[in-house]
Amino acid sequence: MKKNVPNPKANKNILRLAYAVAGVFVCMVLYLGYFLQFESDSVINNAYNPRVDLLAERVVRGEIRSADGQVLARTVTDADGTERREYPFGQLYAHAVGYTGNGKTGIESLTNFYLLTSHVNLAEQVINQFSGIKNLGDDVVTTLDSTLQQTAWELLGDRRGAVAVMEPDTGKILAMVSKPDYDPNTIAADWETLTADEGGEARLLNRVTQGLYPPGSTFKILTLLEYLREHPQDYDQFHFDCDGVYEQGDYTIRCYHGEAHGSQNLAQAFANSCNGAFAQIGMSLDKEKFRSLAEELLYNQELPLSLPYSESSFSLTKDADDWETLQTAIGQGKTQTTPMHTLMITSAIANGGTLMKPYLVDRLENAGGQEVKKFLPSSWGELMTAEEAGRLAEFMRQVVTEGTGSALRTDAYTAAGKTGSAEFETGKETHAWFTGFAPAEDPEIAVVVLVEEGGSGGKAAAPIARGIFDAYFSGRSDS
Amino acid sequence: MIFLMIIYAYLNFRFFGEKYDIRKLKICRKQNAAMFLIHFLGFLSLYLSRGEEEILVFYGAQVLFFALYLVLSRVFYRNISRLLLNNMCMLLSVGFLMLARLNMERAVRQFAIVAVSAAVTLLIPYIIDRVWQLSKIPWIYGIGGLLLLTVVCVAGVTSYGAKMTLDLGPVSFQPAEFVKICFVFFAATMFYRSVDFRTVALTTAVAAAHVLVLVLSKDLGNALIFFLTYLFMLFVATGRWLYLGAGLGAGCAASAVAYRLFPHVQRRVAAWLDPWSDVADRGYQIAQSLFAVGTGGWLGMGLDRGLPERIPVVEEDFMISAVSEELGGLFAICLILICLGCFLQFMMIAVRMQAMFYKLIAFGLGCEYIVQVFLTVGGAVKFIPLTGMTLPLVSYGGSSIAGTFILFGVIQGLYVLKRNEEEEDEEERSKSKSK
Repeated sequence: MKKNVPNPKANKNILRLAYAVAGVFVCMVLYLGYFLQFESDSVINNAYNPRVDLLAERVVRGEIRSADGQVLARTVTDADGTERREYPFGQLYAHAVGYTGNGKTGIESLTNFYLLTSHVNLAEQVINQFSGIKNLGDDVVTTLDSTLQQTAWELLGDRRGAVAVMEPDTGKILAMVSKPDYDPNTIAADWETLTADEGGEARLLNRVTQGLYPPGSTFKILTLLEYLREHPQDYDQFHFDCDGVYEQGDYTIRCYHGEAHGSQNLAQAFANSCNGAFAQIGMSLDKEKFRSLAEELLYNQELPLSLPYSESSFSLTKDADDWETLQTAIGQGKTQTTPMHTLMITSAIANGGTLMKPYLVDRLENAGGQEVKKFLPSSWGELMTAEEAGRLAEFMRQVVTEGTGSALRTDAYTAAGKTGSAEFETGKETHAWFTGFAPAEDPEIAVVVLVEEGGSGGKAAAPIARGIFDAYFSGRSDS
Repeated sequence: MIFLMIIYAYLNFRFFGEKYDIRKLKICRKQNAAMFLIHFLGFLSLYLSRGEEEILVFYGAQVLFFALYLVLSRVFYRNISRLLLNNMCMLLSVGFLMLARLNMERAVRQFAIVAVSAAVTLLIPYIIDRVWQLSKIPWIYGIGGLLLLTVVCVAGVTSYGAKMTLDLGPVSFQPAEFVKICFVFFAATMFYRSVDFRTVALTTAVAAAHVLVLVLSKDLGNALIFFLTYLFMLFVATGRWLYLGAGLGAGCAASAVAYRLFPHVQRRVAAWLDPWSDVADRGYQIAQSLFAVGTGGWLGMGLDRGLPERIPVVEEDFMISAVSEELGGLFAICLILICLGCFLQFMMIAVRMQAMFYKLIAFGLGCEYIVQVFLTVGGAVKFIPLTGMTLPLVSYGGSSIAGTFILFGVIQGLYVLKRNEEEEDEEERSKSKSK
């Protein structure tokens, strides 16, 4: 049987292949390790993972708290051992915190896995396990500020709409209100009425992230930015005579309530929200560049948001007719956006062009109050250059000092922003918009307000923003 | 348990570094101790969780089996590789543990198959040692294997889109598991005779026929195993990089064609790239597997505290995910390393064999084994697209178990052969000295 090896290199080659295989296996093990360490958290927190619900049998769902320590949701165990989720503030945090049972939404859904994971110390866990006591799940501390949330909720009142507040330099969401709302405490009992929705109120819809509206004049921020890009040197030469009606061929564009603004430069046209001036600007713009600008600002794109949201749409193409071009330039036509998206653009302007990813959860704490995990601000990227952001901020400041944002004039702080009154159906009142930030020189918070059928943005939406800024800055001067 | 498993895996690799037989013996004893402890703790916790008497009986039967198998193997073959033997038992015990947890009925069936296979395959080293005609009958291996595969392709039962199983009344089995071994023997005998161009061409044609038939049965995992094994064997036998390069090139081209032709291949690849966009349907399997691995984390949920049964066909294709979920990611990694250790041991044996025939057999079988491990583990953790292979010795499946036992038996046979030869040489040497 013994015979000389015909190929003397055989052994060498066997070893070579063996090492190659071992190398591939090392890669695979490293990949598995990477998955376990870094990816698994986001993977397992998936609605299709049946294991998360299993955790509820061993762990008492943790609390959800506001940044200032108010309990927004907690689990109460009755004497007979049945568990009940309680929301002490009822409707106030309905859309931000969400509900559990009948599915999950909001922070309840976002942090489902964390709430059902216990980090109480190991010895206690073992003792609890043997004595059949459930461990306490981790508590979620949100970025929500109870004063601002309360203020926003009260100011919106009975009107339908959405208000959201965010820190431009971190992305922390400080308040999120959508109306009409519901009481998460009685969600199971009200479920049929809420889902049947006979009044067409869509109470379960979080209008901040999911409500799609025409942006109206708030869109002039984008039109203005495109104009600045196309006229970097001579934009201050812009001049327009407004008699309340702008005619282009067979089409006419009217200013709000047919008001004649008279002689306008670019800053005045923006501050007064002059439709005629912006319609003319719109006709002069390069449509393809306009479209790519809108897409850079996340129209027709995915948003960096962990909550469910609707995608904004911008549909102007280079073949669009004059009517569509005119309408698009002033934020009407087919363009649609969400309050959250508008807030993100505003925040980027306030933050020197850089968009911070919005987030709702600040940290996790174990039942003993020790920090388990901290969520840090992270940047999504630049929406525009710092120079462009600075220019836009100046223009937005003048909206408050000289134009439609007069409701925000005060000595206490310097607000900047843009109003909007978006037509959506003939014969109905316009949706009222305001988006802005303060203080103008070093922005700390950004606010978006949308009031459905509220009328004029300056009259219906801006005062709500005023109230929120007031609450924020007075609260700060107290402390 | 994880701690013990790490010790076991560590010892596995320590073994390679040791030169002295006595030290090696010590390592093997420690391994045995670790294995029985893991096995004991596993079943204890399963019993505490379930409280079924049946588990204790089953555990007892297993301990008896392992002890008998370990002792008998060494009584019959003084020179058997204890490391391989230990690894087999370790993999089997983990398999039993998880199966008992998932499906008691299947676990018992598995145990019966293992016991029979173990008893029968104890004969294999004996056969290898005595029957040298094994290297004379290439066409019986080649044509026999091909015929069996063709029968499956024509008359096989389809499950999960692939025709793999042959149903013969009371028993059904998957011939591919056995043809694998025939195939390696075939290639080895052919190359043993000659590596001139004619033989290579002829052998390649037969090998290609095997792969094609498997592709037609839509059994792509096995097709890949046959293909890679053949290619590597060809490379080792001839030492020509050209063959390896050309073969890999052809393989890439063939997979591109397969991707175009077969919608089920496209689905698998799409599910691999992004299982999340279609979790409910296409990505379901892989997503469930990742949930299991992810939820278990490094340390695992604990035996009987996870939901591995939610993964489709967990007992066959996703044992590694189930192990990872309940016993922990670290345990699973150790398990993978043990498989890799087996492969390296195969390769050492291949290197030490002097006859090309035996060298190729050890090498070829090793390749088949490790490619299969790679496909099943890589598929379960989304490292590569899913192919649906069993994890040898751990997964449920009679044919898989029996085939793997034969495979290990053959390798043990070669090892015994080699050791016996070496001992004879030494004796002769010492005799000649004393003269």
